[in-house]
Amino acid sequence: MKVALRKVWTRSWVVNKMTYSKRLDERKNDELRPMDAKAGVIPNADGSAYFRAGKTTAYVAVYGPRELFPKFKQDPKKGLLRCHYAMMPFSGSGERIRPGTSRRAQEISMVMEQALLPVIDLSEFPNSVVDVFVQLPQTDAGTRCAAISAAAIALADAGIPMKDMISSVAVGQVDGTIVADLSYGEESYPAVVSDIPVAMTHNTKQITLLQMDGEISKEDLVKALDAAKSATEKVYDVQMKALKSKFSVENKK
Amino acid sequence: MSELLKKEREIVIPGEILAQGMDFLPGENTYRENDNIYAKALGLVYVSGRVIKITSLSGPYVPMVGDRIIGKVIDITMTGWRIDTGTAYSGLLNVKDATTRFIKKGEDLSKIIAIGDYVIVMITQVTSQRLIDLAMREPGLKKITGGRIMKINSHKVPRIIGKQASMVNLLREKTGCEITVGQNGLVWVRGTPEGELKAEGAIKRIEERSHESGLTESMDAFLGGK
Amino acid sequence: MIVNQNTIKDLASKQMRIDGRALTEYRKPILVETNISWTAEGSARVQVGETVVMAGVKLSLEKPYNDTPDEGGIMINAELTPLSSAEYESGPPGIKAIELSRVTDRGIREAKAIDMKKLCVEPGEKAWFVIIDIVTINDAGNLFDVAGLATLAALKSARFPVVDTETGAIDYKKKTDQPLPLTKEPLPVTVYKINGNLVIDPTVEEEQVYEARLTVATDDKGTISAMQKGGTESLSIDEISMMIDLAQEKATFLRGELDKQLQ
Repeated sequence: MKVALRKVWTRSWVVNKMTYSKRLDERKNDELRPMDAKAGVIPNADGSAYFRAGKTTAYVAVYGPRELFPKFKQDPKKGLLRCHYAMMPFSGSGERIRPGTSRRAQEISMVMEQALLPVIDLSEFPNSVVDVFVQLPQTDAGTRCAAISAAAIALADAGIPMKDMISSVAVGQVDGTIVADLSYGEESYPAVVSDIPVAMTHNTKQITLLQMDGEISKEDLVKALDAAKSATEKVYDVQMKALKSKFSVENKK
Repeated sequence: MSELLKKEREIVIPGEILAQGMDFLPGENTYRENDNIYAKALGLVYVSGRVIKITSLSGPYVPMVGDRIIGKVIDITMTGWRIDTGTAYSGLLNVKDATTRFIKKGEDLSKIIAIGDYVIVMITQVTSQRLIDLAMREPGLKKITGGRIMKINSHKVPRIIGKQASMVNLLREKTGCEITVGQNGLVWVRGTPEGELKAEGAIKRIEERSHESGLTESMDAFLGGK
Repeated sequence: MIVNQNTIKDLASKQMRIDGRALTEYRKPILVETNISWTAEGSARVQVGETVVMAGVKLSLEKPYNDTPDEGGIMINAELTPLSSAEYESGPPGIKAIELSRVTDRGIREAKAIDMKKLCVEPGEKAWFVIIDIVTINDAGNLFDVAGLATLAALKSARFPVVDTETGAIDYKKKTDQPLPLTKEPLPVTVYKINGNLVIDPTVEEEQVYEARLTVATDDKGTISAMQKGGTESLSIDEISMMIDLAQEKATFLRGELDKQLQ
């Protein structure tokens, strides 16, 4: 009874008090922050990418398939995908981040792997590993989404067999309004907020990453996921441009 | 009612739809799903009859029997040498496959080929777990001395060699260097320092422009014409 | 990537290199970009040839050390990321990263490049501490010099953040236009001895075949603030003297490049 009453109260408060009609940075609700991306930026790597969404930037390098150590981790049926997410010590919005891994970084590394694996085919590379390293020079919300989108570009750049691209962006709800690509200010907005990082395939719009922080009703969640379809498409356009322009740029040299 | 949606030599990214309908067949680096054919790697579209394939422009070298590759010796075992092939899988060169001369039992193998040496070898076997057997008995296969070795992506090797070796012969002629191209992307160049540098620059240029057509003509011009 | 077979040593004796450069020539391009990270108080991205290194400055207010109650502090930390080369692994810094951190640190610290006393806010209570983090993006050789250049560029571009005068809290999102109290601008240059010849700005392949190397950090007056000899063979005093001269000459060149691009 208590739970049901609370639900009603939240909803009516939200409906009566829709104060978030204009976004903090004046974007439209379905508008993403300015993005750009480039493929093949790290010569030593087998594949690499740079990706920027607003003020969040990420460098990704792919090394592999290469020999996997320790040997007991080797899979005789296929190669392993290993993601390593890291923020540069000067990339946090406040104090310096002590170098070394954190639980958050390890969790993001894992969800990155799971976001990318559904489209990657490493069956031709038994006992090997494909390592994906991410370093972020500056961050402003949406870091795991930027990392995943950049990683997909880098993996394609590395010639890894992939059935589809994976595009990622956070959708959510800020004080009743469904928005795409939450900024830091929106994530911490003083009202009912939900932050939903999503990653999707391009062709079939299958979800490969889904996490949520905050409060949201099921109906609104479905609306947000629907908004994610067109939001991830916008990321896909940037990814495609990055991969294809690698060839036309060289044409002009 | 089938339809081809991409032009020949068009660049596509993974997941891009290439054709609709059952008239087309999925070739290398493509797959079929629901009557459509999609790209499975970043590369160029090629259509041969009804088969659509994608030629990858990057990606790992897949070792094949009969390939000649250049590898680095990383270990010496009781029976031969372990060779780094530039892939996730090392190769084994057995003493009996390395030379026609008689090797005495207990002979110091490092006097023949030492760790750190580079060799031109041929792949004689690849198991399902990618164990690779190598041999060095045929003409042209040997230990490398002098010159320099470059590493390019193995998918660009066909462009470095060219149709009927036209490109590599052009490079040899214009730089005065001996050039041996390993299928795994390692290229050995030996000549004067200036010639080697010229060859290196030319090979890098071909690597960057491997997706372009008319490359042999443009490289001829780049290297100084006739 | 070019892998080579003893040709480097042969070429060096003929005053040549595998990429056609002169023995004491830096690769091109040399690119310096500052303020590449809005979250850092100062930052830079430096490229020399294909080697790319980023450096970021973070400032914080801490209690001064007991033995220097009226001074702030500085620390330089380098990470050789697995992103930048197949040679590096994730995990705690290896000896190469430790050497790079400590040599770069000494070059700045021992030059007294930053006036530590000017970092003091309240003696014994509060002073500014400057931490520079060096992160490699692509290691194509000569990290010492490129990291040194990135560190200096980041320090020059750094600005103090706004401090709330009442609470004393730092608002990292707002910067003042006050730069760090830099009194000198030291730059490290590493000179390599390859087959008896002195070489500048080695590639990764050249870094595998040297006899000895000497890193020398100098300021614009030529004063030496740090030195580090590396390599397994010895150097004569004459050789060291020649290497120092060369390092000073090259530091002047790099300083010129830095000034050109920081305008």
